[in-house]
Amino acid sequence: MTTEHEFDAGSNVGEDRAVGAESAAAERTLGKEFRAYALGLALAVALTAASFWVRGTHLVYGPSLAVALLVLAVAQMGIHLIYFLHITTDPDNTNNVLALAFGVLIVCLIVFGSLWVMEHLNHNMVPTDELMRMQR
Amino acid sequence: MTAEALRAPADPYRPGPQTTAMDAPSQVTGHGAGGPAPKRIIVGYGFWIFLLSDVIMFSSLFAAYAVLFKNTAGGPAAQQLFDLRNTAAETACLLGSTFTCAMASLAVGERSQKWTQLALLATGLLGLAFISLELREFTSLVARGAGPTRSAFLSSFFTLVGCHGAHVTAGLLWLGTMMAQFYAKGFRENIRHRFLCFSLFWHALDIIWVAIFSLVYLVGTLPSELLP
Repeated sequence: MTTEHEFDAGSNVGEDRAVGAESAAAERTLGKEFRAYALGLALAVALTAASFWVRGTHLVYGPSLAVALLVLAVAQMGIHLIYFLHITTDPDNTNNVLALAFGVLIVCLIVFGSLWVMEHLNHNMVPTDELMRMQR
Repeated sequence: MTAEALRAPADPYRPGPQTTAMDAPSQVTGHGAGGPAPKRIIVGYGFWIFLLSDVIMFSSLFAAYAVLFKNTAGGPAAQQLFDLRNTAAETACLLGSTFTCAMASLAVGERSQKWTQLALLATGLLGLAFISLELREFTSLVARGAGPTRSAFLSSFFTLVGCHGAHVTAGLLWLGTMMAQFYAKGFRENIRHRFLCFSLFWHALDIIWVAIFSLVYLVGTLPSELLP
């Protein structure tokens, strides 16, 4: 029953542990954890390299570049969440996942809401230089 | 029935240091059944809530940058200002430091003082390299007359990227105190919980940086006819 305490360091927000199971910690070896981190690093490096490559190449259709870079960024954030922050589907991780979902909702509301509102505002506003002329 | 079994169970929600359910290795999941979750889960959850609020603050800075992107007031635009090789070097430093921070958490799990200190030192040096690259970029921008007072676009750029840099600087100070605490106090449970929070903070900063280098630098420097 002391196995849980052996593995509670580090960035494991929720370590893999089934409900009622004695402890999955026994199966978590240093080698396994290291390989998981190395895989996370490799994926992150690959996605970063892909972002910089896509930005410099002429092989990708120009107007789609911004969306491609956005998709690569979101993918890399997912890799970081899974491999480094250990956000998983474990039962003891449910609260973290729900909080993350709420955070993502607020972030989307702020970013897309701001862009949407300000875009309309720019459309309906008198340009500043014309406004200055009218005030004269 | 023994007297032990008749006694009312200790209230797990009582404030103050817990000596019962919180310390024992527990099989519960924090969903109500079986009592509260282990302290490590609760500490991580609380800090995760803080990190998400930090991310929301950054999202409003991102929104400001996106809205003000074209308001250059006749000054230089992103396409003329940013050097992507510098951005790539900064990205490499921060990604490397995230990995060495993960190595430090493995070393803490192994209770190895030597490897913990070495991994944390590497994390700190890579973080310092990141900060110095960023400061060099900022000073060169200011020297070229593209300081934060030049236009709304540059104000929002310096606020967003500078805020991330300030977080990394604060993280470096925290890193130093973590090294000292592991050295002086060993791998005590509360110190390990502090380190759990630090590593979450450091990894979250890398997530913010992914958004910055992708959107501010890579998308921002696209030719203006390719921008949405």
